[in-house]
Amino acid sequence: MLTYIARRLLWGIVVLILVSLIVFFTIRLLPGDPLLIYLADSDNLRSMSQEQLDGLRAQYGLDKPILLQYVSWIADILQGDLGRSIHYNENVATLMLERLPITLHLGLISMAISLPLGVIAGLIAALRRGSWIDNIVVVAAYIGTAVPVFLFGYILILIFGLKLEWLPIAGYTSPLDDFWLSTKKLIMPVFCMSLPGIAGMARQMRSSVLEVASQDFVRTAWSKGLTEKVVVFRHMLKNSLIPIVTIMGMSIGAIFGGSVLIENVFAIPGMGRLLVNSLFGQDYVMIQASTLITACIIVLSNLLVDISYGWFDPRIRYE
Amino acid sequence: MPEAAVTNGESSQAPYQRNEWELFCRVFFQKKIAVLALFIICLTFIVAIFAPWIAPYDPNAQDLSNSMQPPSRQHLLGTDRLGMDTFSRIVWGSRTALIVGFSTTLISAFIGTVLGLLAGYFGGIINTVIMRFMDALMGFPMIVLALLLAGVLGPGMQNIIIALTVASVPGYVRIMCSMTLSVKENDYILAQRSIGSSSARTLFLHILPNAVQPMIVMITSGLGGVILGESGLSFLGVGITPPDIAWGSMVADGFKYLKTNPILSLAPGLAILLIVLSFNILGDSLRDALDPKLRGVL
Repeated sequence: MLTYIARRLLWGIVVLILVSLIVFFTIRLLPGDPLLIYLADSDNLRSMSQEQLDGLRAQYGLDKPILLQYVSWIADILQGDLGRSIHYNENVATLMLERLPITLHLGLISMAISLPLGVIAGLIAALRRGSWIDNIVVVAAYIGTAVPVFLFGYILILIFGLKLEWLPIAGYTSPLDDFWLSTKKLIMPVFCMSLPGIAGMARQMRSSVLEVASQDFVRTAWSKGLTEKVVVFRHMLKNSLIPIVTIMGMSIGAIFGGSVLIENVFAIPGMGRLLVNSLFGQDYVMIQASTLITACIIVLSNLLVDISYGWFDPRIRYE
Repeated sequence: MPEAAVTNGESSQAPYQRNEWELFCRVFFQKKIAVLALFIICLTFIVAIFAPWIAPYDPNAQDLSNSMQPPSRQHLLGTDRLGMDTFSRIVWGSRTALIVGFSTTLISAFIGTVLGLLAGYFGGIINTVIMRFMDALMGFPMIVLALLLAGVLGPGMQNIIIALTVASVPGYVRIMCSMTLSVKENDYILAQRSIGSSSARTLFLHILPNAVQPMIVMITSGLGGVILGESGLSFLGVGITPPDIAWGSMVADGFKYLKTNPILSLAPGLAILLIVLSFNILGDSLRDALDPKLRGVL
């Protein structure tokens, strides 16, 4: 197990380095002077004298070879210095520490809702295959994976925000400030964010239960005359939950991906909105930092999933 | 089922092939939902191809004297703030969705197939380099990676296709690589190599044909995902730019009038849902009908 963890960690670090290279060099693809990364305004750039430009270039280290620039960027990040945002005129690390908890608040609640709901729906659908409840779950899961989250958000806003006026349609309040208002504001975004999760989870669970149900040990359990409760909970459930671990790992990525759209629909100041706003503000330092941090969180959580997989299923350790 | 398994090899004879096709059709067409999905996709194609004849108005023609009209006989789905006909815009938007969807999916499936074959067949350092790089790309949520690229390249259809292609390649590489690895272990590949076949011959004649079926399934479902991704980028305003029309930006534009005229947002949104849903259902039905193990089971 220890060698397995060590090997996984090693590959995790390699992937993290690749992630940072992708982010760094994508930003360098930017057409025009690389000084744009720090200035965000090409008109300003054009009006500067050659000496001013050279001075700025030296200040940001852009006169050094590109690999050296990369190394010093990484060195800064490892010391917690993510640079300074032009658009927000604030330290990037400080900004992100404000925004990240909001996205995690929204995302973790959605995960906590979609996991049990998806598993239960998938399990019931598989156990009652062909029944009306199975049909409903299958159709709902199809729609849940195909509906654009922003459309779903707008429909919720239209019904519960604008027509019925039950819920506020935008914004975020910390639960520490006003728990009730915070919950009210989060209901629709959480619903939006958990919908694809529930649908994906239910589909995966349904097919994995169906697969487990056709295996020999389940047939043996039935033929021993065990009750449905015992067969399902003692024999089938644990085995059909293994693929769900993978889906759980993927849903960390789904949180950050979903937050980009959902936070823009409901005007929630989290990581996703930060990324989109910095794109429009041409704030490349911010874009660089927020994509890097997002990818790092996802790679690290996938690493945890991989390691826990090795724990659940010892065969995987010796691939 | 035993007959179906035989045809998976390269020595399929004519009568078997006909059975295979018949079996496929029987499983596929007995599912009404699959037929419906196929019908919607064909219909969207027709609408996209014949958009200039189907759309009653120029989709970008503004008519301020007729703005914010409710649905009527003149304007089937009403008009927006600038008096542009919603129905015509949805008709033209189908072109954008299909063009972006198909170019992205086909290009990324091609790149993914090549890289996956290389990684799976040659193994070793080639595999490590390609697969770790794909792991790194998969570390980004699709929309975040696409946003990053679109943000740097700028909006516009071509750049959106590039951005979405980079974001969808890793999935194809993974499936192709594991496919190649599993086929490579078969005895007939060993036999092929022992009689001195070249790598290229083995790859193209023996490994690639095995991958065609899973690829078709993945491309079909991938189309839904890409169209959803494009709609997200357009919704955020970093996607398609005028005069091209994107359903995603139509939904976003309608937000201000959600209470008074919800159809502005809902109609294009439902168009996205319908086409994505159809591709997903078609993909699943193809998988069930093509895979001998799943025939009749689901």
